[in-house]
Amino acid sequence: MSKQTPLYIWHRSHGAKIAPFAGWDMPVQYHTGSIQEHHLVRRAVGAFDISHMGRIHCTGPEAADALQAVLTADIHALADGMSSYALLCREDGTIIDDVFVYRCDNEYLVVGNASNHERDLAWFQRQMAGYSTTITDRTASTAGIALQGPHAARLLDSLCDGAASSLQRFGCRELSVHGVPMLVGRTGYTGEDGFELFPPSAHAEAVWDACFAVAANEQIDFGPCGLAARDSLRFEAGFHLYGHELDDTTNPVEARLKWACALGTEFTGRAAIESAMNNRTTRVLVTFVLTEKAVPRQGYDVLDSRGHVIGVVTSGMFAPTVEEYAGNAYVMSEHAKPGTEIRIDVRGQQKAARVVKRPLYTPSYRG
Amino acid sequence: MKFDDSVRYAKSHEWARADGDEVTVGISDYAQDSLGDVVFVELPEIGARFSTGTAFGVVESVKAASDIYAPVDGEVVAVNDALNDSPAAVNEDAFGDGWLIKLKLSDASQLDDLMSVADYKTYTEGLDD
Repeated sequence: MSKQTPLYIWHRSHGAKIAPFAGWDMPVQYHTGSIQEHHLVRRAVGAFDISHMGRIHCTGPEAADALQAVLTADIHALADGMSSYALLCREDGTIIDDVFVYRCDNEYLVVGNASNHERDLAWFQRQMAGYSTTITDRTASTAGIALQGPHAARLLDSLCDGAASSLQRFGCRELSVHGVPMLVGRTGYTGEDGFELFPPSAHAEAVWDACFAVAANEQIDFGPCGLAARDSLRFEAGFHLYGHELDDTTNPVEARLKWACALGTEFTGRAAIESAMNNRTTRVLVTFVLTEKAVPRQGYDVLDSRGHVIGVVTSGMFAPTVEEYAGNAYVMSEHAKPGTEIRIDVRGQQKAARVVKRPLYTPSYRG
Repeated sequence: MKFDDSVRYAKSHEWARADGDEVTVGISDYAQDSLGDVVFVELPEIGARFSTGTAFGVVESVKAASDIYAPVDGEVVAVNDALNDSPAAVNEDAFGDGWLIKLKLSDASQLDDLMSVADYKTYTEGLDD
């Protein structure tokens, strides 16, 4: 039996195609289709239901110490009112999950992948048992709404007296949105400016509806977006998705996530990651574009110019903004240089491709 | 959802429109709607022969790669090359600009084995439950 978010009925009554995802019934796309939703987010603003994502709340005198023990980011350096990307790693450096951690009023909220939520929670409870901290699963009691796109600040400002645009990138604060107090972060996973809102579940639909009402009043180009657009947006921006670029066997070095590991701190897996950095990795994540039209898919073999298997595709699609058939793959390190000619085995046919510089699309807030 | 009454339908959601001894083949509006945005269409060479129910091409949507099957026996006499640059025509006009191939019929009576528009409508309603 799949779980349903507080916005499930809304999705059903607004033309969403619903599919099971990580134990949840989630909207994959709405009427206009996922490519139009993708363009909407790059051009204006789109709304995503991210209530399926795991939300773990940590508080107490040793919350920061406890989180530092399990997260790769420098938690002690994370200022109040800021957030950070981080990994949960095992002792051997392999990745359990990738998460966002928000610090607000000295409490922490860790938002992780739906598919990993149960084991994230179990890992926290075990690893943090010796610390004076209280761990609460807030996945059911709260919802998650992402407003993403260049006009997201204008839209959200109207619902919180202009407080949204006062947040810096990765900033977070308790705000009253449409009269409902909630944690809001200037974060997202689309490569655009935007916000993630975590309202109490009971108020999720009212807040969601208020976004649509404001957009209509102020003539902001706005609409709901499903998981398919979320995937193509994060892919173009070079963001990893657990189950694709990350799994139980990947370490941060081969995944090109060294930047997310604060090696000056003590966390589970630190020694293994440091040692992986000092050794030559055998495989590494690359992005490629097809020079011969075809759609790469997860699991397809990557071949060198002589036809030998050198790796495997982790994500692939037609990327709508850059207008390329493109993908990510783990390949043997000697084939990872941008410009390297490779081939993708597309159902028995070898299609020409080229390794390119990551990311395909530079997030608009960088620069 | 559009249902074209000038074509016959296969259970695997291809349509066939006869014109003399040629038949134009595409996928139905129901099929394109289920697949989502089409991003690439792989079509056969002219001259290739297919028998009923064998895969003659692949429609790649955002979601997945789906084989498309010949609704009748025949030899490929034309392919819709325009789809190479605008695969979205399959979504926008499944029964028109989104056509896939034309086959030279080897046995016109095979069209009778396909569903009428009324039968196909009933068939798709059964699938939605």
